[in-house]
Amino acid sequence: MSIELSHYLILAAILFSISIAGIVINRKNIIILLMSIEVMLLSVNLNFIAFSHYLNDLAGQVFVFFILTVAAAEAAIGLAILVVLFRNKGSISVEDITELRG
Amino acid sequence: MSEFIQPNLLPALPEIVMLAMICLVLVVDLFLPQEKRGFTLLLSVATLVLTIIAIVAVAPSDSISSFGGSFVLDQMAVVLKIATCGLSILVFIYSRDYLIDHDIYKGEYYVLGLCATLGMMIMISGHSFLLIYLGLELLSLSLYAMIAFNRNSAIASEAAMKYFVLGAMASGLLLYGISIFYGITGTLNIEQLAGVVPQTMKENPVALSFALTFIVVGISFKLGAVPFHMWVPDIYQGAPTSVTLFIGTVPKIAGFAMAIRLLVDGLSDLQAEWSQMLIVLAVASLAIGNIIAIAQTNFKRLLAYSTISHIGFILLGILPGTDTGFAAAMFYTIVYAITSSVAFGVLLLLNRKGFEAENINDLSGLNESNPWIAALLAIAMLSMAGVPPTVGFYAKLSVLQAVIQVDMVWLAVIAVLFTVIGLFYYLRVIKVMYFDKPEPDQLPTIKQSLDVKILLSANGLSLIGLGIFPSALMGYCILAFS
Repeated sequence: MSIELSHYLILAAILFSISIAGIVINRKNIIILLMSIEVMLLSVNLNFIAFSHYLNDLAGQVFVFFILTVAAAEAAIGLAILVVLFRNKGSISVEDITELRG
Repeated sequence: MSEFIQPNLLPALPEIVMLAMICLVLVVDLFLPQEKRGFTLLLSVATLVLTIIAIVAVAPSDSISSFGGSFVLDQMAVVLKIATCGLSILVFIYSRDYLIDHDIYKGEYYVLGLCATLGMMIMISGHSFLLIYLGLELLSLSLYAMIAFNRNSAIASEAAMKYFVLGAMASGLLLYGISIFYGITGTLNIEQLAGVVPQTMKENPVALSFALTFIVVGISFKLGAVPFHMWVPDIYQGAPTSVTLFIGTVPKIAGFAMAIRLLVDGLSDLQAEWSQMLIVLAVASLAIGNIIAIAQTNFKRLLAYSTISHIGFILLGILPGTDTGFAAAMFYTIVYAITSSVAFGVLLLLNRKGFEAENINDLSGLNESNPWIAALLAIAMLSMAGVPPTVGFYAKLSVLQAVIQVDMVWLAVIAVLFTVIGLFYYLRVIKVMYFDKPEPDQLPTIKQSLDVKILLSANGLSLIGLGIFPSALMGYCILAFS
């Protein structure tokens, strides 16, 4: 059995759904949210690479490099905010960030 | 090996000027002692002024594109970029006193603000998915850091975390849509995309709608339209007021530009589909925004819900898919940004050391202590509510005209009904200012910074000026879509 485009797309869609579920369902730990975001971006990358190979077009792979760079910057800022949050609240539980509501 | 072609750098001159100046501000600020921080502000404002000069200098009479077609400079880009830079100047100057009082008067605030502005300018000019995405991320990443700027505030860091998670999720959804579009059309360039879509519509309509849904969700997340509005009130309330002023004004312009670039420039052939989605989003935004705002006691939260309802109006202008509609939506966006800069500017003036003014009750007695500032806030509230002769009336009128032109009278009726509901909470703010008696020792006090007062007065009076002579701005908006 050969691996076709659709297999990659299905894998990416599954990863994407897992990451959305991770963000929405998760009630425990903010670090898991950051991991879910990372998985989400990587699933998109998988889509781009699969299409890029299938279309024989380099633009998709260039896009992937940019997404990787942005994801790195995003992780840095996300973790920095997490450190600030922990200093102020002494907790990184999702259940504890409920001061703003109404 | 294909030959490298030197792109025409001239259309990107404003962005290049700004980037060079950002580096300069960053380095100069490093060598300034705290008491000379005002020089950083001066340099940042100079950056924005220089950028505006560069925009005017390279403004083309027609649309020109560069960098392999991924960067475009047209009438719309020129007008929106000038609005973006002009409003950023106001934001920087208004926030100075607040930053000093809260011990966050740092150069990084201005550097981040300038980076966000640069991101918005790239979004406005972006004509490929890649460029729009990069501009969006430059804007978002700067905003995350700005919200968490007051690092000793628990509520601000919580707001930053919420905005970060939801913003990253929105980017992820947008990217997923882009990747599907790339797969079925084989291009990332908006102009080529517009050429390929009609053919693809025949071959693969389901995949196109699938990808379009993700794009629309991503855009409405960034704009804050219902049902993707959950972050707006929390972030408005949690962020330092000076940052709320920034988030509440300028990024709306960039969000509008992103919607136009993606939906209109790239996917106008799918108008029948995305206008259906936008109808749902617009009606829900108008309903939720106006109704929930009634229950708010926090002024920043109230303005957040009012933003959501205004986003509904902007979407109303885009969804008919006509040039008059786009022009009306563009006019509405710019006017809304100017109006809310007045409202947040007044709120910033009420803050002082150790006192964070954010409840509506903090405004009581404002007319006794500062009648002129109260009058400015009243003008802003009336403009948001859409009462003539303020410009808000004309903005709403032109959007409704565009909606009626395409025979969607029922939609216009719904919009008017919710606007009437919205009048209640705007008028309540005015009532609190003029008729409520404050506690004797809690009369609102206002610092007397002359430059801020003059700018704020000019800003407030421009709402009436534009209301009487709307063609001054409307002319440019119509020109941008003709």
